[in-house]
Amino acid sequence: MHQEYTVIEGDFVNAGKASSSVKKTLKQLNVNPQVVKRVVVALYEAEVNAIAHAYGGKVIVDIDADKIHMVVADKGPGIPDIALAMQEGYSTARPEVRDMGFGAGMGLPNMQKNVDKMNVTSEVGVGTTVEMEVNFN
Amino acid sequence: MTLKEIVDKLGATVGLGADKLDREEEYCFASDLMSDVLTLKDTPVLVTGLCNVQTIRTCDMANLEVVIFVRGKRPTEDMVELADENDMILICTPYSMFKTCGILYGAGMKPLY
Repeated sequence: MHQEYTVIEGDFVNAGKASSSVKKTLKQLNVNPQVVKRVVVALYEAEVNAIAHAYGGKVIVDIDADKIHMVVADKGPGIPDIALAMQEGYSTARPEVRDMGFGAGMGLPNMQKNVDKMNVTSEVGVGTTVEMEVNFN
Repeated sequence: MTLKEIVDKLGATVGLGADKLDREEEYCFASDLMSDVLTLKDTPVLVTGLCNVQTIRTCDMANLEVVIFVRGKRPTEDMVELADENDMILICTPYSMFKTCGILYGAGMKPLY
């Protein structure tokens, strides 16, 4: 099953719509609720990042019988030092992002904790792509 | 403790889910930081001063169903609509975060950590 969603820069009102839709789909497919939570928490963090830090992007989800593969690709400033960005507590979030309850430098590390595979690639001035996979069993 | 007891102790009003106040809750977590809420493995009652649509979205992702908004904050119509879709219960107290947590802790609600 293939799903695609568009995320728009600064559109906090709709942040989480893609994750919410994926949650409904996985529940319908009777995926273990604990696995569903791991998937949607990771995807939601990535979605918020694309809205908060970039100029929008795409969420691409592929669901197989035994796993889910998620790509969140944004057009944005990119991440100059991915290792630094992965450190808990490191953040470049603007005040309005913090006002929404995010921007504490916990997103990328929390995504990593919730998924089985994660790969972040980024080009400064072009954008960032986060690829994540979670096994259902 | 039932949600009805929580509402009474906090001098609170119910923004959504008034028909579900018989529900028993044991654990509580207080935060304005949604990133912190997204790290929880359990599903406690959330006490927060952050009153926007991301509070509800975050609870949806983290499977939290009961939110207590402090300092007289009221959820907007958009928030109530989204919370209703997710069978949530929204409670509003005029008390501060500190006073709310103190009352709930004193009445026997347990912390997660």
